[in-house]
Amino acid sequence: MDQELKVHSDVICTFCGCLCDDIEVEVVDNRISKVKKACMIGRNKLMHAQSNNPDITIAGKPTSLDAAINEAVNILTNARFPLVYGLSSTTTEAQREMVEIAEILNATIDNPSSYCHGPGLMARQQVGLSSCTLGEVKNRADLVIFWGCNPLESHVRHLTRYSVSAKGMFHPEGRKSRKIVSIDIRPTPTTKSSDWFIQVTPGNTFEIATLLRALVANNPIGKGDDALIAGVAVSKWRELAEMIRGCKYGVIFFGLGVTQCRGRDINVEQLAVLVSEINNHTRFYAMAMRGHGNVAGGNQVMTWQTGFPLAVNFSRGYPRYNPGEFSVIGLLARKEVDAALIVATDPGAHLPADTGDHLKNIPVIYLEPHNNPTTEWATVVIPVAQAGVAASGTYYRMDNVPLRVKKIVDSDHLSDEEVLKRIKERITHAQNY
Amino acid sequence: MAGISGLLVTVRTGKQGAEMMRGKMNPEYLDEISTLRINPDDMAEAQMLPGQKVKVSSSFGEVTVTCIASDVPRKLFFLPVGPVANRLVSGSDTDGTGVPAWKGEQVTIEPADQVQ
Repeated sequence: MDQELKVHSDVICTFCGCLCDDIEVEVVDNRISKVKKACMIGRNKLMHAQSNNPDITIAGKPTSLDAAINEAVNILTNARFPLVYGLSSTTTEAQREMVEIAEILNATIDNPSSYCHGPGLMARQQVGLSSCTLGEVKNRADLVIFWGCNPLESHVRHLTRYSVSAKGMFHPEGRKSRKIVSIDIRPTPTTKSSDWFIQVTPGNTFEIATLLRALVANNPIGKGDDALIAGVAVSKWRELAEMIRGCKYGVIFFGLGVTQCRGRDINVEQLAVLVSEINNHTRFYAMAMRGHGNVAGGNQVMTWQTGFPLAVNFSRGYPRYNPGEFSVIGLLARKEVDAALIVATDPGAHLPADTGDHLKNIPVIYLEPHNNPTTEWATVVIPVAQAGVAASGTYYRMDNVPLRVKKIVDSDHLSDEEVLKRIKERITHAQNY
Repeated sequence: MAGISGLLVTVRTGKQGAEMMRGKMNPEYLDEISTLRINPDDMAEAQMLPGQKVKVSSSFGEVTVTCIASDVPRKLFFLPVGPVANRLVSGSDTDGTGVPAWKGEQVTIEPADQVQ
């Protein structure tokens, strides 16, 4: 019997914030059989999207979807301090449902950006951020600075699609017409493919950005050219400042090496002010190298609906925002949470052990397409159709451009959005909301 | 006893990302997130050999990993992000920001066969 072959073009890979939208996927009899153009991570994500799916379980025992949803509602409506957490690898449609559930429950809601690029969001609230789209970078940038990030291992096709070798309107020669600088604490594949690698000592991002502000503005710095800042001579930093002032269109891509090292949010604050001041001389922007596929969408949705991008508490009936206090890691480390609804993230793998361990002691409802460390101990496990493979919806790229991800295969399971809608409806009914 | 102290920095690696997508229980993923990159001079000072099992300890926990020599700075140790590295950092240590010290946790490393 002939097998049915479907070829899907322009499929979006949902792994990282690049959201590469040129992937070709072959599907034979509803099974993904071949993936073209994706990086190794994206290829593995798509090729393994339909395997290793968990069962619907309560306390490890198989059950029906209806029973699992009832148990989830029972847990959440009886909790005194529930947490709604995740959002980063699902659609904005599902994220919207999560915010509404959090509000109905008077819960706390947070997403993984609170321990990744959250400090950058806090900085933006203080000083703003001059930013752009990846399309602008591709077409215009003649100076690209990678600061505290290593996209050749984390955002593999970023360099070829957007930032380095991509051929753009004003850069038809691609790589030849761009200068690439990397600032990092160690050699990486990205630093090795750059024109200039500035190897710095760890934890000095704030000092570097402060010095560059002074040098770009031609202000006196009270130090000689031989003095070291972050282990690098001032003369070298002066060279970088001149390169920045001399470019036509520059962009800094910053990673967790900026947001997670000493200083955290004030590092990004200083970097954002630097970028703003560079615009007194030339066009210059900065962009966060967002990790999970739709973590930027999580921030967007939370901001539309609560006014804040992360770490929001509804216990008083209105949204309160306080990173540190309402950040997922702090809440769990202090053992304040007594139940959790977790969607599209894997706290068993991603969180510090002492933090994740608290989740093993409280009832957890977990929506997830695959078996992973969290499915091993979650109280209620509900498998879902994977977004971008078996469910469609909206994802936000790292430059906050929304893209529609496709459904390319059918699944036996509902999407995150559909399961969350059912949970929300039954919570609403149970609470007579 | 041989050993060395420095800062643990968690990082992404291409293999960690690719293997994670095949499943977080698969041996290749678990091997990769248990591989510590360390400067060759630090290895010599701590009397460790490439491929040797070493114990990494912080104030919050300890793990046994495999060390390999890499062109990283001295006294900086690099471990891929994941459940192994996460045993060495704490959610109670975020300076009020919600972000643990994934890029600078003080650790001590010693050959695992010396561990009592």
